[in-house]
Amino acid sequence: MLMPVLSDLMLEANDLTCVRGTRRLFRGLSFMIQPGELIELRGPNGSGKTSLLRILCGLATPAAGQVLWNGLNIRDLKDEYFGDVAYLGHQNAVKDELTAVENLRIASAVSGRPLSQTEARDVLAKVGLTQQQNLPARALSAGQRRRLAMTRLLTSKAALWILDEVLTSLDDTAINLSREFITAHLSSGGMAIVATHQDLNLTAPSVRRLLLS
Amino acid sequence: MFGWLVWRDLVLAWRRRSDVLATVFFFIIVTSLFPLGIGPEPETLRTIAPGVVWVAALLASMLSLGRMFGNDFQDGTLEQLLLTPQPAFLVVLAKILAHWLVSELPLVVIAPLLGLQFGLSENTLVIVVVSLLLGTPVLSVIGSIGAALTLGLRAANVLVALLVLPLYIPVLIFGSGAVQASVTGTGTQAWLLLLGATLTISLVFAPWATSAALRISVE
Repeated sequence: MLMPVLSDLMLEANDLTCVRGTRRLFRGLSFMIQPGELIELRGPNGSGKTSLLRILCGLATPAAGQVLWNGLNIRDLKDEYFGDVAYLGHQNAVKDELTAVENLRIASAVSGRPLSQTEARDVLAKVGLTQQQNLPARALSAGQRRRLAMTRLLTSKAALWILDEVLTSLDDTAINLSREFITAHLSSGGMAIVATHQDLNLTAPSVRRLLLS
Repeated sequence: MFGWLVWRDLVLAWRRRSDVLATVFFFIIVTSLFPLGIGPEPETLRTIAPGVVWVAALLASMLSLGRMFGNDFQDGTLEQLLLTPQPAFLVVLAKILAHWLVSELPLVVIAPLLGLQFGLSENTLVIVVVSLLLGTPVLSVIGSIGAALTLGLRAANVLVALLVLPLYIPVLIFGSGAVQASVTGTGTQAWLLLLGATLTISLVFAPWATSAALRISVE
C-alpha cells in the first residue's frame, strides 16, 4: 500500500460559497492547510461554521468553489477522500442501545479497522470511560457521550480531523484530554480544522484563526 | 464492514423489539380481520386470500420503511456511514438486508399460518411463502429509495407511501398473481419468474439510487 509522503498532503479550499436557504453565509472563501497545522474556526452562531466544515468533509456541496485534497477535487475522489478524513460533528453518532464498547467496535469496524474487545477497552480507558464501557450509551452523560464520540478520532488513521465544537459538554479534565489528542495528532503530521467557541490554547507548529461573520 | 453493519442493526432491532413486533402484529391483525369481516364462505375466502395476504404484507412493509434509516439519521450515525471509505452502495445493501431480516422475514414465516385461516391448500401455502420470499426483498429494496428521499421530512410516512406505491404495484400484482394461480390451479412459474426478474432489476438499480438520495438527505 502506497503511503502518501506527509509533505504531499494538503487540503485546499478554493473560492467556497455557501448558501443556506436565502442567506449567503460566506463567499469566496479560500485557504490551505498542511500537515502539522491547525485552523481554529471562530464566529457567532449561524455564521456558517458547521456548513463550512460539512462542505470540507464532503457531506455538503458548496454553492460555488471546490475543495481539493492533494490537488484533486474531493467530488472526484469520493470514497478515497473519506478514508483520510475524520469528522466529529454536533451529533455524537452514538447508538443509545449499544454499550460504549460496542459503539466503538462497530464504528471502527465500519471504517475498516475492526478492534478486538481488549483494544476497544484500551481506547475507552484513554478517554476515561473504563467504568462505563458496558453501559448502554443512553445511560451516559452528555460529556461521556462526547468522549465516546471522540474515541472514533483516536482509532482512525485519518490525516485530517474536522471537528465541530469538540469541546461542547466537556468538563475541564476532558477538555485537557482533547487538547492532548489534537496536539498529538498535529505532532505526528496530521492536520485539524476545529470550530470552537473557546480558545484551544494549543502549542502547534501553526495555529491560524479563521473568523466567519 | 458489511457483516458488522448487519449485525449492528440486528442487535439494535433486538434491543428495540417493540418496534419490530408492531409490524408483525399489524400483518397478523389485517389478515385476520378479513375472514372475520367477510364471512366464512370457503370459496370467497380462497378467492380473496392472495390479495389480502399480499396487500397486508405490502402495507406492513411500507409502515416499517421509516425505520430503515430514520434512527441513524437522527443520531448522526448515518452521516458517519456515508463518510467511510467503503462504497455507499455496500452500506445501503447492508441496511436493506438487515431491514428485510427484521421487518419482512417474520412476515414470510407467519404467512402460512395466516393462510390457513383462508382455507388455502398446502401447495398454495408453499407458493405464498415463495412469492413472499421473492417479493418482500423487492419491497425493501425499492422502499429504501423512498425511505432515503424522505428522511427528516415531516409527514414522511405519507410521502414514502406516495413515492413507493407506484413501484410496489407490479410486485403486488406478480405476487398475488402467483398465489392466485396456485389457488385456481394454473401455472405459477411465470409469476414467480417475473418476481425474480423484478428482484434482480431492483437490486441492480436501487442501491445506487438510494445512496444518491441519502447523500442529498444528509446535506
